[in-house]
Amino acid sequence: MPGFIPEAAAQAADARPAPLDLVLRVNGTEHRLTLDPRTTLLDALREHLHLTGSKKGCGLGQCGACTVRMDGKGVKSCLSLAALVEGREITTIEGLAQGDQLHPLQAAFIERDAFQCGYCTSGQIMAGVACIAEGHAGSPQEIRDWMSGNLCRCGAYDHIVAAIQDAAGATGPARGG
Amino acid sequence: MTATGIGASVKRVEDFRFLTGRGRYTDDIERPNQTYAWILRSPHAHALITSIDTKKAAAAPGVVAVFTGADLEAAGVGGLPCGWQVHSKDGAPMAEPPHPPLAQGKVRHVGDQVAVVVAETREQARDAAELIDVGYEALPPVLDMESALAGKSLVHDGAARNLCYDWHIGDKDAADAAFAKAAHVTAIDIVNNRLIPNAMEPRAAIGDYDTATGEYTLYTTSQNPHVIRLLMGAFVLHIPEHKLRVVAPDVGGGFGSKIYHYAEEAIVTWAAGKLRRPVKWTAERSESFVSDCHGRDHVTRAELAMDKDGRFLGLKVSTKANMGAYLSTFAPCVPTYLYATLLAGVYTTPQIYCQVQAIFTNTVPVDAYRGAGRPEATYLLERLVDRAARETGLDQVDIRRRNFIPNDAFPYQTPVALQYDSGDYGATLDQAMGAALVDGFAKRKAEAGKRGKRRGLGYSTYIEACGIAPSAVVGSLGARAGLFESAEVRVHPTGSVTVFTGSHSHGQGHETTFAQLVSGALGIPMENVDIVHGDTGKIAYGMGTYGSRSLAVGGEAIMRALGRITDKAKKIAAHILEASESDIELKDGQFRVAGTDRALGFAEVALAAYVPHKFPHETLEPGLDETAFYDPANFTFPGGCHICEVEIDPETGEVEVVAFTAVDDVGRVINPMIVEGQVHGGVVQGIGQALLESCIYDEDGQLLTGSCMDYTMPRAANVPNFSVGTHTTLCRHNSLGVKGCGEVGAIGSPPAVINAIVDALWDVGVRDISMPATSQKVWQAIQSARAPMAAE
Ligand code: FES
Ligand code: FES
Repeated sequence: MPGFIPEAAAQAADARPAPLDLVLRVNGTEHRLTLDPRTTLLDALREHLHLTGSKKGCGLGQCGACTVRMDGKGVKSCLSLAALVEGREITTIEGLAQGDQLHPLQAAFIERDAFQCGYCTSGQIMAGVACIAEGHAGSPQEIRDWMSGNLCRCGAYDHIVAAIQDAAGATGPARGG
Repeated sequence: MTATGIGASVKRVEDFRFLTGRGRYTDDIERPNQTYAWILRSPHAHALITSIDTKKAAAAPGVVAVFTGADLEAAGVGGLPCGWQVHSKDGAPMAEPPHPPLAQGKVRHVGDQVAVVVAETREQARDAAELIDVGYEALPPVLDMESALAGKSLVHDGAARNLCYDWHIGDKDAADAAFAKAAHVTAIDIVNNRLIPNAMEPRAAIGDYDTATGEYTLYTTSQNPHVIRLLMGAFVLHIPEHKLRVVAPDVGGGFGSKIYHYAEEAIVTWAAGKLRRPVKWTAERSESFVSDCHGRDHVTRAELAMDKDGRFLGLKVSTKANMGAYLSTFAPCVPTYLYATLLAGVYTTPQIYCQVQAIFTNTVPVDAYRGAGRPEATYLLERLVDRAARETGLDQVDIRRRNFIPNDAFPYQTPVALQYDSGDYGATLDQAMGAALVDGFAKRKAEAGKRGKRRGLGYSTYIEACGIAPSAVVGSLGARAGLFESAEVRVHPTGSVTVFTGSHSHGQGHETTFAQLVSGALGIPMENVDIVHGDTGKIAYGMGTYGSRSLAVGGEAIMRALGRITDKAKKIAAHILEASESDIELKDGQFRVAGTDRALGFAEVALAAYVPHKFPHETLEPGLDETAFYDPANFTFPGGCHICEVEIDPETGEVEVVAFTAVDDVGRVINPMIVEGQVHGGVVQGIGQALLESCIYDEDGQLLTGSCMDYTMPRAANVPNFSVGTHTTLCRHNSLGVKGCGEVGAIGSPPAVINAIVDALWDVGVRDISMPATSQKVWQAIQSARAPMAAE
């Protein structure tokens, strides 16, 4: 069988760039990791810390499925290198609820039925939390504009906007517009 | 209606895991000792492969194996099968060229699979793939259907003129005769733009092989795991079903694109067996663009004959449908049985003739995408009706009402095979017009005019066919599968219930809707019910989820199994209560002897079924577990009316959807909240098609719209406010009376949007605008319409 080289695995370590030791602070816990320096924060979370709640929709910063919070700001984790975010406080969807107590935006997502397949949801919620925290949830239109980095192919936008508005405690009409 | 029964907007059961990042999608799964696959894809649209040298790649760090088409062929791996055979007018079967999972000798589209590298890490597999040296001899590609038919270059040697089939339906002579009597004929040329589904979850597949049992497991992003098991096991890898388990766990959206059996599924499964290690593959988004099946891509000429009163006499349609480079699993049925059979729409057109040429090109295969054939039919028909109204001076609403199938005509036999069972098109239209505040439109239009903007109102009154069935009929039309659904209801000894359904949920909320059915039928709390789907190792059989079939077919199967459970439970209760079976009634979870206070709780009966100490064993078996296979008597026919109001800035061509109203008849509504979400999603995709999305190839066959930046999908800021409502007529051939709601939004909305734009710009002289109506296109249409008017 051409190309079948069972021993090749043994050579694997040789050609990789020198691995890097680093400490990632995620959801309040410090994790010591040894990573290929090219590893993105998203891959570090998903493949090394087994926090698979953050999703890879594009890996190019175009869909928002990978959004996490870094020092309170919403960032696309597929665009950050893990090595460059050492020492930052990272919150993922897994770290948002306090035990069984859902974050108000998580609760609002249930109330408003703000998702269908759930694949974009972690990113929508983390971006939504950032949207509120960073003061961009003043009106439905402002929410829509701010949230436009997050694709939802299931098309739950109307309800996502409504959920963010609820969670922000904003007044005015409940529906986005 | 109980708090959780039929008709209640119960919050979704699946929400908690999705909200907390605990959903379990294929790429979230890791198997011990797993390897990673990287697929080397063709950079050419059309080329001969003259050589493949994998030596360097095989020697690269971390590489476990490299395989090419030749390896698969040598191992006896078969081609990907097509699940539907269409015959041409002349009776000849369609051209059905082979579709090897890895190319053999020739590549036929950019993205075609050429080789696979399996390595210890994904990065190593990708790096090594770059070391594969493929010799290509480029061939001229055929990209548009006209030049494909001219046959200058052949995608497949076995398909002369690149024609897959030349099919027709209806009575051509009768249609011609109708046209001969016409007072007016309206003709229109329509392009239904090619779309790229782009479910947010990229496709992924993990092959696993158990050396102890010889059993293969495939985890895959599929809408129908049993279908994948059948196709892959029987036709591609020749693995018997008892040694092949297919799991489709949480799936992040499908919209059709995850129905089909894809090459990567077969490759990882086969490689896992060969290498005795799990093999995982996850598409990059750029691969999704060039390897997930695309949708739509029709070019059509249609003519409508009317009498002097605007009544439709006949319809003639000629369509070219792009199949792409290979026949995907259900591709042949989309532009035929899911398209031409819908051309009566909601109208009494007595004569319809449609011919369809399906054509191979050097593009990604095209198959069903949300709506599949029905959006194409609806778009064509509703644009044509709109134009006919303008040409004859009839009002948009009036022309529709004149031609609606009247309420007393059901069951209504169309001239194109279908028999509609129910509907009330006038009432749906009335309700939509009320909700859309049509009465105030003239005022809003005038007000917009003062601001220099143009307002338009567009209608679409549509019908679709869901829950494609019955098996005997689809079989006679070329389906190589049955289209029933199965359900098993297992009552556990303490009274909790697990339902195993052959439907698959990838955003539809089945875990909630189906649990509501159980809760309603057995009178037990929803939290005592679990819905299991997506695993051939657990569920007896299933045909999966597409064509809005899950509730109408899968839900009905559950109802039948529930009926059997109730029947048996009554027997048990009657025996214990020493009453006659016919006197036992089930109400609120209690089996009661009618008119007495002697009763047993559901859980007591369940326990008795499994602790059958006093059973008459000759007549009553222990246990409480029932299975049903349900094959519907007919399609279901959801329909509705969508009304779109747009405002256009003539200086920039920018189109704003200022209001969108949908009133859909989806039959009985089990969970209004879930239905609303489904309609929203469909409408967002429909508006995406109408205003934003278009797949574009350059003349070399390179995909120009190959990223989420180049291929414009609706984002939060692009989506209008919706007003969504339902008007219910019950389906007459299933006990629930349900019709289906997953596709209505995508089917009904595109013509409403485009008709609104044409309405806004008709006075300027714009007669047509093609999808997607981007600002640039609209601006140009306004400019070119103004130019001749200025010159006149
Ligand atoms: S995965 Fe990061 S933006 Fe898409
Ligand atoms: S819920 Fe499916 S992509 Fe947003």
